[in-house]
Amino acid sequence: MEASKVIHAIYNDDDILMSAVKKIKAERHHIEEIYTPFPVHGLDKAMGLAPTRIAITSFMYGLVGLTVAIVMMNFIMIEDWPQNIGGKPSFSYLENMPAFVPIMFELTVFFAAHLMVITFYLRSRMWPFKKAENPDPRTTDDHFLMEIAVHGNEEALASLLKETGAVEVNLIDKAH
Amino acid sequence: MYTFSNKLKTFSIILMVLGLLGVGYGFMTSHKSFEEVEHLIAAEEAHHGGSHGETDAHATAPSQDTHGTDEAHEEVDSHKEHVEHVMHQIHNRPWSALYVAAFFFMMIALGVLAFYAIQIASQAGWSPVLFRVMEGITSYLLPGALIVLAIAILAGDHLFVWMNPDMVNPESEHFDKLVAGKSGWLNKTGFIIRALVFIGGWSFYRYISRKYSIAQDTAENNSNFKKAFRWSAGFLVFFIYTESMMSWDWIMSVDPHWFSTLFGWYVFASMFVSGITVIALMSIYLKSRGYLEFVNENHLHDVAKFMFAMSIFWTYLWFSQFMLIWYSNIPEEVTYFVSRFNDYKLPFLGMVVLNFVFPILMLMNADYKRIPWFVVMTGIVILFGHYVDIFNMIMPATVGDRWFIGIPEISSILLFAGLFIFIVFTALTKAPLLVQRYPFKKESEEFHY
Repeated sequence: MEASKVIHAIYNDDDILMSAVKKIKAERHHIEEIYTPFPVHGLDKAMGLAPTRIAITSFMYGLVGLTVAIVMMNFIMIEDWPQNIGGKPSFSYLENMPAFVPIMFELTVFFAAHLMVITFYLRSRMWPFKKAENPDPRTTDDHFLMEIAVHGNEEALASLLKETGAVEVNLIDKAH
Repeated sequence: MYTFSNKLKTFSIILMVLGLLGVGYGFMTSHKSFEEVEHLIAAEEAHHGGSHGETDAHATAPSQDTHGTDEAHEEVDSHKEHVEHVMHQIHNRPWSALYVAAFFFMMIALGVLAFYAIQIASQAGWSPVLFRVMEGITSYLLPGALIVLAIAILAGDHLFVWMNPDMVNPESEHFDKLVAGKSGWLNKTGFIIRALVFIGGWSFYRYISRKYSIAQDTAENNSNFKKAFRWSAGFLVFFIYTESMMSWDWIMSVDPHWFSTLFGWYVFASMFVSGITVIALMSIYLKSRGYLEFVNENHLHDVAKFMFAMSIFWTYLWFSQFMLIWYSNIPEEVTYFVSRFNDYKLPFLGMVVLNFVFPILMLMNADYKRIPWFVVMTGIVILFGHYVDIFNMIMPATVGDRWFIGIPEISSILLFAGLFIFIVFTALTKAPLLVQRYPFKKESEEFHY
C-alpha cells in the first residue's frame, strides 16, 4: 500500500546517507525509495534489499543461445543439406563440431548479454519516452534523497531525519 | 611464524620414499630385451585376436604363404623394426613418467612466480596477505627446474629423439633431414645453456624479490618495495620470452617434426592456472590450521575468480591450437593431434572436461567461490586436469599407444609431490606469514569484495 503522504529527506553526502539509512532501519521505519546521483557502495545491503537474480537469468539465456546455435547448425549443415565443403566431415554434428564452436560461443554470449539487458530494462521499467520519476532534479547532480511513508507520525519522523543529518526535510502530498 | 608439523613432514617423506620405490620398480620392469618384447607383442596379438582395430595397426607381419623371398625379407625387417619401436616405447615410459611429474611440479612453482611478479608489478591491493604463501611455493622452483633439466639430460633420446647423434649424422641410416635442419637450435649444448639461462634468471628474480620482501618487513622506508616493483616488471619481460623458449625446448621438442606458434602461451596458461590453484589450496590449508587469520573469504573469492578465468583462458588456447590445426588439416601439423586422438582419446578429451567444463560450472556462482571445500574440490580436479595436460604433451611422442597411468606415473607424482610439500613447507617456516610494512598490507588485510 502506497502512502498518500511521504517525507523527502535530502542529504548531501553519501557517508551521512549510509549512516542515516542504518539509523532509520534500526528505528524500524520503512524506506520507500532512495534517489542517488551515483551508485553508493553497500547501500542495497544497508537497506536490506534482496540480491539481484539477473546473473541467473543471464546464465539461462546463455544456455538458450547455445541450444539455438547447436540446433540451427545441426539442421542446416548436417541434416538439411550435408554438402562436402572443402572436405569437412558433415556426417554428424560431433565430427564437424570444432568448426561450429566459434558460432556456438558467440551466440551464447549474444543471447546472454542482450536478453539480460532487456530483462534489466523490463524489470527497472526503462524505455524511451518513459516519464522520468525524479522527485527532485538535484538528486541527479549532488544530492541524495530518501523517501519515507508517513502514517500520522510526521513530527517524530521529521525530527529523527533532521537528527540523522538531513539538510532538508519536506512533507510531500503524493498526487494519485 | 609457521611451524612445519611433524605429521606433514613424515607424510611428505613417506610420499617420497613410496615414490622412489615405485620409480625404481618402473625402471626395473621396463628393461625388456628384444626377445621379451617380441613375446609380449605375440602374446598381446593372440590375446586380442585379429579383429581389434588397435592390434591390426600393430600386426605388421602378415601371413607368409605365397610371398616371394624378397617380400619375406621385408616382412622380417618390418617385424624387427616394429618390435624395436615397441621396445623403445617401453624403455621410454619410466623416463617420461618421471619427466611429466617433475615438469608438472616445477611448472606450479614457475606459474606462482609469474603470478607473484604480476601482483607486485600491478600493485594489487588484495594479494599482499598471500605473498608469503606464494614465496613459499616458489622456493620449489630452483630445485624443481634443476631436476627437470637433469632428467632431460639423463634421459637423452628416451625423451628427445633429436638428442640421438645418429639423427643428425648424414652417414647414419637414422639420419633425419628435418631434425638435422633444426640442429642449429636443437642441440644438446644449446639446450643446456638455454636451460641454465632460464633457470638462472627465474631463480635470480625469486631470490632478489624474496630478499626485498623480507627486507621490507623491517625497513624504515619503501625503497625495498620500489626495487621489488622494478625487478618484477623486468622479470615479467624476461619471463615471457624464456617461458616461451622453455616450452619449445622442454616440451615441444619431444615432437621435433611438429611446431606450433601459440604453444608457449598454451603451456603458460596451464602453469598459471595450476599455480593459482595451488595458492588457493595452500591458503585454505594454512588457514584451516590457524596460520592465516588475516586471510578471509574475500581473498579466497579473488583467487577462485583467477582459477575460473584462467581455466577458460587455457581452454581458449587449447581450442585455438586444436581448431586451427584441425581445420586446415596440413599433414605436417595434424599428425600431432591424430596420434593424440587415436591413442589418447580419454585423456585428450577428458582433460577438456576436467579443465573447462568442471571449473566453469563449479566456480561460476559467486557464493560457491567463497566456500573453502568447494574451491578445494574444484582445485584438485583442475590440478589433475593439468597433470593430464602435460601427460598429453609428452607421452604420445615417447611411449605412443603404450601409455597407462600405472605404477611409474603415480609413483613419480608421489615422489615429486612429497618433495614439493617438503621444500615448500620448509620455506614457509623461514619467514612470518604476513608481510610487514608493505605499502598495500593494510588495504589487503581489510580487503572486502
